[in-house]
Amino acid sequence: MSEGFISRGFRGRRQQSEQSGRIPPGQYLERGFPVLSAGPTPHTPLAAWDFSIVGEVDQPKRWSWDEFRALPHETITKDIHCVTKWSKLDTHWVGVSLDTLLAQVMYDASYVIAFSDGGYTTNLPLDEVTGGQAWVVDTYEGQPLESQHGGPARLLVPHLYFWKSAKWVRGLRLVDDDEPGFWESLGYNNHGDPWKEERYWGD
Amino acid sequence: MEHKLDGNAAAGNLQAIFPFEMTLAQVTCTGCGTTNVIGATAAYMHGMGTIVRCPRCDNVLIRIVHAGGRHLLDMRGVRVLQMKEG
Repeated sequence: MSEGFISRGFRGRRQQSEQSGRIPPGQYLERGFPVLSAGPTPHTPLAAWDFSIVGEVDQPKRWSWDEFRALPHETITKDIHCVTKWSKLDTHWVGVSLDTLLAQVMYDASYVIAFSDGGYTTNLPLDEVTGGQAWVVDTYEGQPLESQHGGPARLLVPHLYFWKSAKWVRGLRLVDDDEPGFWESLGYNNHGDPWKEERYWGD
Repeated sequence: MEHKLDGNAAAGNLQAIFPFEMTLAQVTCTGCGTTNVIGATAAYMHGMGTIVRCPRCDNVLIRIVHAGGRHLLDMRGVRVLQMKEG
């Protein structure tokens, strides 16, 4: 059959159904990149910025901005899903895998609390941020991560709702016992799997 | 693009919970000790919830979430909440 017999509408519906399989229940496709903030945007100078791993570790580990930038960076393409129901497909990031960061510390812990400038925290099981599931990213769509989106660096944990991808991240505290973070302590699901619609307490 | 508003917007959320005029309710900050009417605080509002911050020291005064059939309030940043009758 020649191209002329296939209508534009038919092609559009096939692309839509390919995408719909990638959008979790209750979500809609967003082409922009909404900004949700709980406070003023931090502006930590890079000379003062560091990233630390502390808590249940033999020795806390700290990287300056230059040291962090010198770590092996990966290109990451992932779909992201916000609990406020928007999803973005094929977002492009560059950053350091948490596997790379955690390989530089001796630790014995079950959970991580990510902490950020401004006091934000979010909690995650350690086995959900290792094995290629999480990064600290400093580049979005080929550009340095803008401050309104969490720059200079944010956590990226794309398999969970995006509140777990803490903006302005400054470190991880490794702990034995789980501690609900900023939103998890006030009605939002402790885990946050978009494919199970784990939005709120009791979901 | 921080969704920063004045506290009158947050007072609207609190009106659903408290039977008082909440823009005039006073909050004493546990961070710096200053007292402000809620209308004079800084409110950050978006789809996840509302964060009310002290206009002087940015301390989180009140966190409000209305989700999953619940109203949730965290007021650990407020030492005293005063609401006038009438």
